[in-house]
Amino acid sequence: MLLAAVDWHSYFFMLFAMLACAFAMGVLLTSNIVRMAFYLVLSLGATAGLYFLAGAEFVGAMQLMIYVGGTLVLLIFGVMLTAQSRFVSMKIRPDEWILVASLGGALLLLLLYVAFSVPEWRMEHPHPAEISVAETKLAAPIGLALSGVRLDDGIGYLFPFLIVSVHLLVVLIGAGYLARTKRRATSEN
Amino acid sequence: MLPLMAQLTVSHYLFVGAVLFVCGVACMATKRNALGVLMGVELVLNGANMNFIAFASPLLREKHLGLDGQLVALFVIVLAAAEAAVALAIALNFYNNHSTIDVDRASELKG
Amino acid sequence: MVDFFVSTFGMSPTVAAILAAGIQCALLLNVVAVGALVFIWMERKIAGRIQDRLGPTRVGGRFGWLQTLADGIKLIAKEDLTPADADALLFKLAPYISFAASFTAYMALPFSDGWVAVHVNAGVFFILAVLGLEVFGTILAGYASGSKWSLFGAIREAAQVVSYEVPLGLCVVVPVMICGTMDLVAIANMQSAGIWSWLIFHDPFTFCIFWIYFTCAMASVNRAPFDLAEAESELVAGFHTEYSGLRWSFFFMAEYGSMFLVSGLAVILFFGGWNGPLAIMSDKIIGVIPGLGLAGQPNAWGFIAGCVGAANFIMKATIGVTVMIWVRWTLPRLRIDQVMTMCLKYCVPLAAACFLGAVFVKAEIFGLGYLSVDAWLPGLRSDRLEVREGWMTEVEGEGVTLSTEKTLVHGDG
Repeated sequence: MLLAAVDWHSYFFMLFAMLACAFAMGVLLTSNIVRMAFYLVLSLGATAGLYFLAGAEFVGAMQLMIYVGGTLVLLIFGVMLTAQSRFVSMKIRPDEWILVASLGGALLLLLLYVAFSVPEWRMEHPHPAEISVAETKLAAPIGLALSGVRLDDGIGYLFPFLIVSVHLLVVLIGAGYLARTKRRATSEN
Repeated sequence: MLPLMAQLTVSHYLFVGAVLFVCGVACMATKRNALGVLMGVELVLNGANMNFIAFASPLLREKHLGLDGQLVALFVIVLAAAEAAVALAIALNFYNNHSTIDVDRASELKG
Repeated sequence: MVDFFVSTFGMSPTVAAILAAGIQCALLLNVVAVGALVFIWMERKIAGRIQDRLGPTRVGGRFGWLQTLADGIKLIAKEDLTPADADALLFKLAPYISFAASFTAYMALPFSDGWVAVHVNAGVFFILAVLGLEVFGTILAGYASGSKWSLFGAIREAAQVVSYEVPLGLCVVVPVMICGTMDLVAIANMQSAGIWSWLIFHDPFTFCIFWIYFTCAMASVNRAPFDLAEAESELVAGFHTEYSGLRWSFFFMAEYGSMFLVSGLAVILFFGGWNGPLAIMSDKIIGVIPGLGLAGQPNAWGFIAGCVGAANFIMKATIGVTVMIWVRWTLPRLRIDQVMTMCLKYCVPLAAACFLGAVFVKAEIFGLGYLSVDAWLPGLRSDRLEVREGWMTEVEGEGVTLSTEKTLVHGDG
């Protein structure tokens, strides 16, 4: 099943990878905050596609649902609430650009060097025939692991799950408290 | 460029992750809009997540992280949502007090 | 379908795969497009009748059934305006985003047993996730238009949709919990025994939660009385104030597309999917006649059963859409604060309470097990388990070993 589809796999990987990278660059390069948000949506959507390709279907769907559907809507909402003028754009000075480009380029080169330096990571799957695509399609092991039961020999994640739940509750209350309506400071414009 | 027909490896995913990460860091460094900085953080988190997914993927390696990688990625996504909510609340609060969202103007504590 | 082409016409697998993908795309696109045509005509007829008018009567002979097509041609011929203040790129892209999101979700929506473009194991989840993306089109449209009405509409939409996703998710979890799978095909197949096996009649809590689901679904696809994003009386036309011509019509295609989608999801989750109220086409009745293939078999009988199932499904989903239209023309629009109150103060707690109740019924805690249909018709539970086992062995056949019982024993150690 997978073997017949290997070519497609790479093609789709290329497509999604290019989309993700190109729109990430777009986020960096544009100075219009709404465009930034839009490019970010596309970049993260393409990232979700990459997760699907890597066999993490549940995480991919989660990425679409929470990240793209929730977090980014929230961000755009924030953009709308804080936009002073329409399509506000804050310019970045050329010297800043040069600094960022050199530093960022150096960091990227370092990361890429690391990514391609370990031979094991560059190796293809040694036994592609043994890959079972179906194994990746189940959400049940993830759900069980979150409730503390592991199908394979690993540790359960019940305690982190509880902590995250409480954390979310605290965040919910805290964010609501922080963002509550107050009288606006006098603005000159 | 890697041949298109080659089977995917972890390095391919690390490449994408690295690009996302660097774009995010550069975003955090250059943007003056607080929400732009926040978007940079999201990109960074996704770049890191990509690595977890790649190392956890049973399609890419024989000795993979398995479920742990995916679970960590899930936690990262959930925590990113929480972080965005709080950061947004702070940004809104800042905007309410200063009528701007420019992070360079938040300089009241400067000595 | 790929196998069919390869075996019948001797095509190469690649060509067959592309052809099959093309055919499925075309079919789905037509379901959405033709569906929108029909639903818009239906909406106008029903609105007319509710308001004691006739609605469209002339175009296409009787009943004005070609009215939508005429309108469509008019829209295509209209000038495509972009306001001077608009952010041109986003303004032009927004309708396509809306439509693409609504359309993508159809990929995972099964129309009959096995008739689904992409069989996603977490189908429910996927559809909800993709449906949540539709809001982006609206928000971007509102923001990029450079008009304050549009912006207000978009802000309302963002707040509303993000809020209503919470109760919607809670409602959808209940049938998923009862069935033990997120696979839409398996969920629908578990309700094949007849009307009493439909999940809405499973226990009182599922009955309640369906109505919450329907309310929230209506809100999340922005139908009146929750269409705050396009409130004509306050916001001119809300987020699509500045749109004209074909781009405007894309928003409507998206809206009707997602209306059908959430109704279809409700049908699968609560109303038995493609199974009729009496299980005429199921294995148990037709299957006992020798020589007749069972539903889902790769032969002519299976195909006929599939067609009947699809007709059944589309009919039920259309009833759902009709109810939405009926509600739209009956109830006045809510205020934005009422919409948010409705969500946060009523829908979320109710959905949470019903979810808890359903958990108690399912786990038979506090003797609540007797509220379930399963307690009175014991066959139903074993039917569902059988489908679930079938689903699991199907997955296991592809190389996965998953046995919850074994796991639990193993995990305790």
